[in-house]
Amino acid sequence: MNKTMKYGLLLVLLVALPFIVNATPFLGPTWVRILGYAMLYVMLALGLNIVIGYAGLLDMGYIGFYAVGAYLYAVLSSPHLFENALASGPMDWPFWVVIPLCAIVAGIFGVLLGAPTLKLRGDYLAIVTLGFGEIIRIFMNNLDRPYNLTNGPQGINNINPLHIGTHSLKSTWTLFGLEFTPVINYYLVFLGIVIFVIFLSSRLENSRIGRAWMALREDEIAAEAMGLNKRNIKLLAFGMGATFGGVSGALFSSYQGFVSPESFVLMESIMILAMVVLGGMGSISGVVIGAVILSVMPELFRDVVNAIQPVLVNNITFISEDTLRNVLDASTLRMLVFGLAMVLVMRYRPEGLWPSARRRQELHDKDEEPFDSAHYVKETSHAKISADEPDNRDTTGEGR
Amino acid sequence: MEIFLQQILNGLVLGSVYALVALGYTMVYGIIGLINFAHGEVVMVGAMITISMLTMFSAMGIQLPGVVVLLMAMMISVPACMILAYFMEKVAYRPLRKAQKLAPLITAIGISIILQNLAMMIWGRGFKSFPSVIDVEPIDFMGATVTNLQIAIMIVAVLMMLGLWFLVERTKLGKAMRATAVNQEVAGLMGISINHIISMTFVIGAGLGAIAGVMRAANYGQADAYMGAILGLKAFSAAVLGGIGNIFGAMAGGILLGVIESLAAGYIGDLTGGFLGSHYQDIFAFIVLILVLVFRPSGLLGERVAERA
Repeated sequence: MNKTMKYGLLLVLLVALPFIVNATPFLGPTWVRILGYAMLYVMLALGLNIVIGYAGLLDMGYIGFYAVGAYLYAVLSSPHLFENALASGPMDWPFWVVIPLCAIVAGIFGVLLGAPTLKLRGDYLAIVTLGFGEIIRIFMNNLDRPYNLTNGPQGINNINPLHIGTHSLKSTWTLFGLEFTPVINYYLVFLGIVIFVIFLSSRLENSRIGRAWMALREDEIAAEAMGLNKRNIKLLAFGMGATFGGVSGALFSSYQGFVSPESFVLMESIMILAMVVLGGMGSISGVVIGAVILSVMPELFRDVVNAIQPVLVNNITFISEDTLRNVLDASTLRMLVFGLAMVLVMRYRPEGLWPSARRRQELHDKDEEPFDSAHYVKETSHAKISADEPDNRDTTGEGR
Repeated sequence: MEIFLQQILNGLVLGSVYALVALGYTMVYGIIGLINFAHGEVVMVGAMITISMLTMFSAMGIQLPGVVVLLMAMMISVPACMILAYFMEKVAYRPLRKAQKLAPLITAIGISIILQNLAMMIWGRGFKSFPSVIDVEPIDFMGATVTNLQIAIMIVAVLMMLGLWFLVERTKLGKAMRATAVNQEVAGLMGISINHIISMTFVIGAGLGAIAGVMRAANYGQADAYMGAILGLKAFSAAVLGGIGNIFGAMAGGILLGVIESLAAGYIGDLTGGFLGSHYQDIFAFIVLILVLVFRPSGLLGERVAERA
């Protein structure tokens, strides 16, 4: 079977998936909805992958751009602001106006927040971006006064669904004897956008810009010596990553019909980070699979835990009921698994579960290096250069 | 004027806690160049274990002065946190010491999530109130109010810092720590057991952090499983403000950040004409952090440049 056929088959399968799931007993529309959310996470993870995987900038406030996209869509398409400010009601914005608008605004935020962090690397960058993410959330939480822009902790309600042409995605229609319910409509639109995003990511990866990002990730000084403009390339990474976040934020907002600051907490940033890390930083297929696993698995988990919990609570008497309920809490267990996954992956398989070939090679090169003394002696000139800055650069990998 | 003095006093109390937590970050960073994201969680665990112990003691009907009961509880919680930090370093950080830079950072985040969620499993999601073993009495100080507990917090913090200064500057262990911070390999050649010193750094930092956690819980009268994350971030900001890797910097930065935050929260409403209220208190630590990193990355007292991979 050749490549085109394989991809074609996969596409057919993915398009058919929601209909199959919808018709399956025990799964039904709830699970189609979960698949839709999984698609959103795939978009987010691919966006973060640009920043972390390609450019090597550990951005911990990524959820902020998701929030920007979501709130922008919410404000534009709900009665909230229009009732306060304008006489007319909210508009049904055309798909190709509102989504790119959210993308551009989130991208601008990405560049703006990236700019002060240009000089920082690694751990400092992580903390500062984390701070930015929190600042965005705190503003969303408090911008109900003096002017009510975000409606504070209550969030914004009654957000209009996305429209394609005159069709609302939240209406059901029948085509070729198949019933297109709202969740299926959304899933299919998300799938289309995810395919576009994957295409964009892979083109970026192999483009001049993608190579520049990777060069910068591996060795900033060498990359600059090759004539790369560090500032512009980094800002571009932040901006591109944020764009993906903004798009999925807007889609999230229309999908859910409701946004509140609760959805944009630090833990969400960490969850997306876990997806990228688990799948393999810099590997598109890895990141996609990581995102799907980590967004679908907790739901499975929840079903199982919710089924088991009452049985255990009724039958185990030597632990108090409250304690047992705390231990068997689905979301706590889920985060625990995320934390464990991050630690274990970094310790035993730092390249991720489905790494890109380049990354794998690089990481395994490094493992062997310190024990290869003959090699070390041969490359003393490199060792000398990096001895001045032991923390900035490694002797290995990039020297050759 | 009373408000000003009151905010300064509140800031000093807040700052003492930040300073003690910041010491844990700065010591670890000074030696292995890692931001120990899980440090905030160790602080939280310290507070939670103390609360559990105090509750247990009162259930056992122990009739002793409040201070003694509190000390007994801390005799258990502080060593527990030290042991936790020891194993944390051994399991999650030591194997990755030679790995690429992002790896230990990501495990640190992972450990912090694990600890937070384990705490939720053990103690639940809600607030645990701090048993009132000590009678809190307000004391009038030039028009401002300060409690005996707050004074005790400040005194203990100062004593801890003096103790740490003595340890680092005047003992053999401190000398070994400083040597390791300067150059691990050469320190190793001089007969210093690097692994031991790094473990000790984590352990001492965790001990200080646990005490800070108890102080914070006692001051606010409550603690929860989430308190470590935000406290850790602020303390880290304090460490950067003072100059990361520098012990005196962490102390100064912590107290300064506490005062800035408290003053800013008290006056931001007036300054911005009511546009921003005291709800924004939590963002000042981040703003300070960002400003410091942009304009003076080495911090107030630090010599190192923050530009590290």
